[in-house]
Amino acid sequence: MDAIYLDHAATSPVHPDVIEAMLPVMKQTFGNPSSIHQYGRKARQLLDQARSVAASSIHANEKNIIFTSGGTEADNIALLGTAWANKSKGNHIITTVIEHHATLRTAESLEKQGFEVTYLPVQQSGQVSVKDLRDALTDQTILVSVMMVNNETGVKQPIQEIGELLIDHQAYFHTDAVQAYGICDLDVNVLNVDLLTVSSHKVNGPKGVGFLYIRDGVQINTIQFGGEQERKRRPGTENVANIVGFKKAIELIAGEKDQRLRKYQSYKQTFLETLKELNLDFAINGEEEQLVPTIVNISFPGTNVESLLMNFDLAGIAVSSGSACTAGSIEPSHVLSEMFGSEDERTVNSIRFSFGLANNEKQIIEAATKVGAIVNRLAS
Amino acid sequence: MIYFDNSATTKPFPEVLESFLKVSQQFYGNPSSIHRFGIDAENLLRKAQNQASELFGVEQEEIVFTSGGTEGNNMAIKGIALAHQNKGRHIITTEIEHPSVIEACKSLETLGFTVTYLPVDSNGIVKFADVKQAITKETILVSIMHVNNELGTIQPVEAIGKMLKEMPRIYFHVDHVQGYGKIPLDMNGTGIDLCTVSGHKIHGLKGTGLLYVKKGTKLFPLLHGGNQQSNLRSGTENLAGIVSLVKAMRLITEKSKTHSEYLKELNQQLRAELLAISFIKINTIEDQAPHILNISIPGYKPEVIIHALGERDIFISTKSACSSKKTDESAVLKAVGFSHDRTISALRISLSYYNTKEEIELFSRSLQRVVQQLSKVMG
Ligand SMILES: Cc1ncc(COP(=O)(O)O)c(C=O)c1O
Ligand SMILES: Cc1ncc(COP(=O)(O)O)c(C=O)c1O
Repeated sequence: MDAIYLDHAATSPVHPDVIEAMLPVMKQTFGNPSSIHQYGRKARQLLDQARSVAASSIHANEKNIIFTSGGTEADNIALLGTAWANKSKGNHIITTVIEHHATLRTAESLEKQGFEVTYLPVQQSGQVSVKDLRDALTDQTILVSVMMVNNETGVKQPIQEIGELLIDHQAYFHTDAVQAYGICDLDVNVLNVDLLTVSSHKVNGPKGVGFLYIRDGVQINTIQFGGEQERKRRPGTENVANIVGFKKAIELIAGEKDQRLRKYQSYKQTFLETLKELNLDFAINGEEEQLVPTIVNISFPGTNVESLLMNFDLAGIAVSSGSACTAGSIEPSHVLSEMFGSEDERTVNSIRFSFGLANNEKQIIEAATKVGAIVNRLAS
Repeated sequence: MIYFDNSATTKPFPEVLESFLKVSQQFYGNPSSIHRFGIDAENLLRKAQNQASELFGVEQEEIVFTSGGTEGNNMAIKGIALAHQNKGRHIITTEIEHPSVIEACKSLETLGFTVTYLPVDSNGIVKFADVKQAITKETILVSIMHVNNELGTIQPVEAIGKMLKEMPRIYFHVDHVQGYGKIPLDMNGTGIDLCTVSGHKIHGLKGTGLLYVKKGTKLFPLLHGGNQQSNLRSGTENLAGIVSLVKAMRLITEKSKTHSEYLKELNQQLRAELLAISFIKINTIEDQAPHILNISIPGYKPEVIIHALGERDIFISTKSACSSKKTDESAVLKAVGFSHDRTISALRISLSYYNTKEEIELFSRSLQRVVQQLSKVMG
């Protein structure tokens, strides 16, 4: 029995075309992009092309894109880099309680080192409120970091409104767009963001690569030191093959975007309708209108996460209870706890389903049917 | 085509590509996920970690996978400094380290650390006595490379490790990026607490590497987040890269067992042939790392020679690729004390186990021709 993968928000399968794009680079264009001979120059050309594709995908200039080893590193550079470089302007940072750990733990580390951090709360809808942000801003605020789409609930955050609010404020605006990329329209000028994080492995690219957009003029330190790669902002021999694979993934998601999103939306619809037909007691966590097409987080009253996950896995359905990155442990989701309160039973009976490349319509019905049967058994 | 720039980067082994391909296609789960896709990925990750630890002669949990040599060096140096600054704020390194070590140290200077950059002798080797003498009550870290990337000189890290072993307060980091697979280095009982390896220098893939972190060594993490890899390195693991790295480690280890004499012979042949050409000065002393030979051709710009060789499908480099864009002068050669005409005209020839005697011959002849032709043009 082939298992059904409904955990695309944790990571996604690499698209076959992506692998195909990478292999010739590894075989033939293996030069070091910093080398001045032909092998180096060819590798450098590939890097330049990829940078240009990455930049266009968010309506940015290629000189504002730096490639990193993934979303985590990009978030770390964005937060640590701007905090330390702008300390003279203030020591206050605003982020939210629902960020990914790559942002949260970095903010906590800054707090330990003397920065003041405000963690904006989240409403039951799964959104943070722009008013809360407005109230939290001070003239000491140097950075605001709010994710564009939450990885556990799939709820979109009011990034454009926040961007507008911050136009006349000294604070830089960073958004972690890891879960939004390839789904939401991203134009750094419309969103008014100064820094934006993307990770390749969430969009059918290889693991271990991502990029950070840094607007012109943003004062930012590096967190690693060494060679002069990536405009001195991220040293280390560039991972050319992964970057080329990432480029291919970007082209693929852009090429068939509407069609693909409609398909995933219909997967989600089918999934939910099948559950309804089974007369299942369930509730969607977060405002349904604000969800991206690919993610839905569902609470099953009367059940418990651990037995759900175990039974789903036995039945061949791969899902998660939230962020995969809470390495291996089933801790109650910090996001749901913040939305509903840590005592609420939704924090211990909810599952995230996320759809994507590995799926087809038939699997979705099969998965929903199995989920229904398991939940009915466990909840009774 | 003659590729003699293996210290800049190497051509991946075909088996490395196969590993990469297989893992990318079949193990796409996130190792942190607890369903079967995740568990399969996690098991594979553990297996790779275990194999790496065996090849390295250390324990499994002492291996941390990184995105390359630069990250390994930064993680070690910044990690020790920031985690142990309450015990002291003095660091010892050398003038001939890779920029990822030198620049990491410089950044710590801006945070109030004191760094001693030890000079090297006229052979390009740091003196044991200098290291010993530089140690103060404040010293918490010594970071010294095993094989220098420009000259190929071997640094006395074993002797230094033996001394530092008796000083438990001081951590010892070795940048083994150029040495791994060429010059064996034992981690067991040798006083080394941290050791950096990079995949793309050993026919692995770019963006892969590992840092050996001796059990019980506290590091301040470079990256914060999901606490992967025992909290030392957050970020979704590049599993296909990791498995391919371990494959490269195994293959280069096997190759070094059977072909280390061969590589030495290639080096000796190259040295002998170049020695016979009057205008070439050899900068690397004998009996150093077998894969690197540094020479100078005073009066000739290295880029011009590299370009002319490139037209003959022969690839070498000036100095380290990472600093190729700065001035012509090699900081390493300068630290050794070579005259200006030599420090600005250096060329690095770096071999792999897969180069041949015929390539060396052809290279030496071509280099001679190229220079003769250039000298005619220049009148
Ligand atoms: C919202 C968000 N930010 C950051 C990350 C981290 O990215 P990476 O796994 O590439 O380090 C993830 C995924 O793990 C994520 O979902
Ligand atoms: C001695 C040495 N250390 C560190 C590095 C950096 O490794 P990476 O290119 O994997 O970042 C290099 C090569 O560039 C090197 O030669």
